[in-house]
Amino acid sequence: MAQRTLACTGCHGPQGRSGPDGYYPRLAGKPAGYLYNQLVNLQQGRRTYPLMQSLLAPLDDAYLRTLADYFAGLQIPYPPPAPQPTNKALLARGLQLVRQGDPALQIPACVQCHGSALTGTQPSVPGLLGLPRDYLNAQLGGWKNGQRQAQAPDCMADIAKRLSDADVHALSSWLSGQTVPQVSHAATHKPPLAPGAKEIRCGSAPA
Amino acid sequence: MRRSTLRATGLALLVALAGALLWALWGFDAYYRQESVSSRVQSQAPSSAQVARGQYLARVGNCVFCHTAPAGAMLAGGRAIQTPFGTVYTSNLTRDPAHGLGRWTQDDFWQALHLGMGPQGQRLSPAFPYTSYSRLTRADADALWAFLQSVPAVPRPKTEANMVWPFGTQTALGLWRAMYFRPFQNPHEDAAPAGVDAVAWTRGRYLVEGLGHCQECHSPRDALGGLRNASRGTGGVLPGLPWYAPSLRDAAQAGTTDSQALQSFLQTGVGAGRFAAGPMAEVVLHGTQYLNDQDAKAMAVYLQSQVPTKAGVAKTHADSNANTFQIANANQSPAHTQGADIYKKQCADCHGDTGQGRAGVYPALAGNRALLMDKANNAVLSVLYGGFAPSTQGNARPFGMPPFMLELSNAQIAQVLSYTRSAWGNQAAPISELQVQAVREPQQRR
Repeated sequence: MAQRTLACTGCHGPQGRSGPDGYYPRLAGKPAGYLYNQLVNLQQGRRTYPLMQSLLAPLDDAYLRTLADYFAGLQIPYPPPAPQPTNKALLARGLQLVRQGDPALQIPACVQCHGSALTGTQPSVPGLLGLPRDYLNAQLGGWKNGQRQAQAPDCMADIAKRLSDADVHALSSWLSGQTVPQVSHAATHKPPLAPGAKEIRCGSAPA
Repeated sequence: MRRSTLRATGLALLVALAGALLWALWGFDAYYRQESVSSRVQSQAPSSAQVARGQYLARVGNCVFCHTAPAGAMLAGGRAIQTPFGTVYTSNLTRDPAHGLGRWTQDDFWQALHLGMGPQGQRLSPAFPYTSYSRLTRADADALWAFLQSVPAVPRPKTEANMVWPFGTQTALGLWRAMYFRPFQNPHEDAAPAGVDAVAWTRGRYLVEGLGHCQECHSPRDALGGLRNASRGTGGVLPGLPWYAPSLRDAAQAGTTDSQALQSFLQTGVGAGRFAAGPMAEVVLHGTQYLNDQDAKAMAVYLQSQVPTKAGVAKTHADSNANTFQIANANQSPAHTQGADIYKKQCADCHGDTGQGRAGVYPALAGNRALLMDKANNAVLSVLYGGFAPSTQGNARPFGMPPFMLELSNAQIAQVLSYTRSAWGNQAAPISELQVQAVREPQQRR
């Protein structure tokens, strides 16, 4: 498959370990369902990036699954995180959003779906660690303004729209500064619902 | 005296013009509708064999792809079709009574395919290739209708076209039809050439020029988007990303000399070291991969008989003489050395030190048709956007080439393509930075 996927690894780095700058996300080891959903979203126009869309146009559903499974199965160590900003208040807000969310703003905690270790949950919820800050900013921004969409109900779009720009900055700063744990693969189950938290319905990851 | 003669001539001309216009707008279409009425049939309940046949024809003719929006319901329409005159959206072909074909009769459907007209005689946009479908037999039209009737109704309303005025008006369409369209009539056509399987050849022509509507892309269009019979199949540039659909009548372009490889190309997307790229990859993915062996062979037989034309051969020779001179100069330029360096760094790992490629994996560039065509659009687009061969039943896990648009500048792409076009025995003219730019930013050509 490595030979077949040079079209991918040209930008996403060898074995899909991520590109040289923040804009070509890692593919290796992400949950297969998540990767597959992104390929379908690009093919069907929920995510727009002309280069990716033209690459995927001649591929059928079965091959999209094959590609997703291939990259999901690659276990490759993560590089150490980039240096964190030192603004303590900013990082504290980031940590708060990740662990507790902000009930007043109806923002759930990231860990509720993305797993208590933030490495994602099988089969379709991605991990949030090991991603560059620029990439996180771009994706959350994309969700806020509708550039990035997922299958309805688009839970992540709803949540991102409640995040202020400052909160996006706080989240991306905290998340991008964390070291990816040794066991980096996605959890098999979501963690139990925290007291007071509400179940979230997502088209991309049906319960 | 002279003045009055002039005036009379002018008046006569005006009257003639007005007459022609009226004929174009009313007489022409009314005449053909009359013809079509005489071939009406009694609708019969479709048999399951007819539905299956219709499904096969709809796949091969690629109806489903165009008439299904991305992420939309099957055949409910809504896919945008870009034309140089604006955007049209495909129509809902399901049997929904309000938005689809629920109120159409089998005869209405035949009239749409054969005449390009709706049930009330409204002229349909030629973005719907009735110009090719006119050739379809009544039996095939009925089978397609039977299949469409078997698809669940979806109430997706029509998306209005967004055309530059006056294109898309009924008057403009009437004139267009008068200039470019004659419904397919009882065939007094050329017979199969000697030494060719006549049954296969005739079937191949039907598939290539009718159902497959290959010539809609593989032909030059004039300023009004019209196809001229004489130039049908001689290659054309597509709207949007300027892919060049190669001439089907020139062996150096379409590579249709090997009918075995051609059959494989249509059914699997790969054949004889080549693969379908750009829009053709989608045609294979959604359409031709479903051709049965007999039909794929028939298309190959017909296409093979189309090459080489005398004009095609003469042109290729003239070009190669001119090219030898240009190449001799180009090979000594610093750009050539830079091109060789880029090739070594970016391309040689897969395509080989001498452009030999790797059999069944990466295409050879020595002698590569797409690379060597005069019209270098496809070579430039392949470097810019990369691309996978289509995934098909016969080639389920295709290889792909990475895009280089972010890594290489227009000048670098020109250098590396000029190098590959003149290395290892290749003899094609160099490519300029401007040519690359025109392909990268097609909107700026206007």
